[in-house]
Amino acid sequence: MPVALIGKKVGMTRYFLDNGKNIPVTVIAAGPCVVTQVKTAEKHGYSAVQVGMEDVKARRSSMPLIGHDAKAGTAPKRFHREFRCADDGEANGFELGQVLTVAALDGIKFVDVIGTSKGKGFQGQMKRHHFKGMCASHGTERKHRTGGSIGSHGTDRGHGAKIKKGKKMAGQMGDTQVTARSLDVVAADPEKNLLIVKGAVPGANDGFVVIRPAIRLFKRKARKQAGKE
Amino acid sequence: MNRTQVIEGIVAGQLKPEGFMPKFSIGDTIDVHYRIIEGDKERVQVFQGVFIAEKGRGINKTITVRRIVANEGVERVFPVHSPRLAKVELVRRGDARRAKLFYLRERFGKARRLRDQRRGLKEEATA
Repeated sequence: MPVALIGKKVGMTRYFLDNGKNIPVTVIAAGPCVVTQVKTAEKHGYSAVQVGMEDVKARRSSMPLIGHDAKAGTAPKRFHREFRCADDGEANGFELGQVLTVAALDGIKFVDVIGTSKGKGFQGQMKRHHFKGMCASHGTERKHRTGGSIGSHGTDRGHGAKIKKGKKMAGQMGDTQVTARSLDVVAADPEKNLLIVKGAVPGANDGFVVIRPAIRLFKRKARKQAGKE
Repeated sequence: MNRTQVIEGIVAGQLKPEGFMPKFSIGDTIDVHYRIIEGDKERVQVFQGVFIAEKGRGINKTITVRRIVANEGVERVFPVHSPRLAKVELVRRGDARRAKLFYLRERFGKARRLRDQRRGLKEEATA
């Protein structure tokens, strides 16, 4: 993986392309990130680079973190993330305290954006798993939004006398890590550290997101891309 | 800089210059010149109708124009800052007392027509 950045979701707006097309875009304040640690296979067992973003008041950080960031010669950071490198050579390409900006993503057309989705609380099957629910009429009583049968669990044939693991039921929805894959990069502004991508990005505004070059395009997008070039 | 300012800064370059649109208000009849791209050819289509609503701010601003085609009401919503919107011209002033003229949808015949001309008459009378 060449490089990944930490960013902050700014918000959504619209963008007019040169051909007059109007697309929804998300603005991300990407970076500047500071390299806070370089891990090598030799020393840590694997190669990776750790970056931090956004200064935080020292009293809001912790002593170990303050010391950790001080080693890289920066103020304590609010958010740290580690990105794996293919080998030590790539990891050693980064220096402690090096600043990464949007310019690092120069020439990259598609990115994956990883964020934490908005928490929805405890939700029923219909909202959480898109179940259809029960009939509105035909004698249905007090069961309109239930998920229906969850299978028999009276016997232990197969997988024990229990409900199957992973059975879709009501529960906490949202507030989980979500990856928005292969989003088009519409524009980048290295001066203002802004990245504009097409479409929505998981999480609330002001939430932290991780931006990495798209690992694998969706089939259709890849085909379209191949056909064009 | 807060979030709104950042976003406004990004879209600032896409906004139409001030004075791009002539001054007109709800109820006026306007000509909207809209670029249409057919294949590799481009031409400008003029849509004339009553300006019945405006919505949104900044780059999200849209105007709704209503006209009658073959006795059937047609409404089009134009994004003001779209590069395809070539020009807007004021044709006739109309008198409207509210911000959205959706009630015109239920009007037929003369009831629909009259209201567009009233202010013009008033202005003539005062002048």
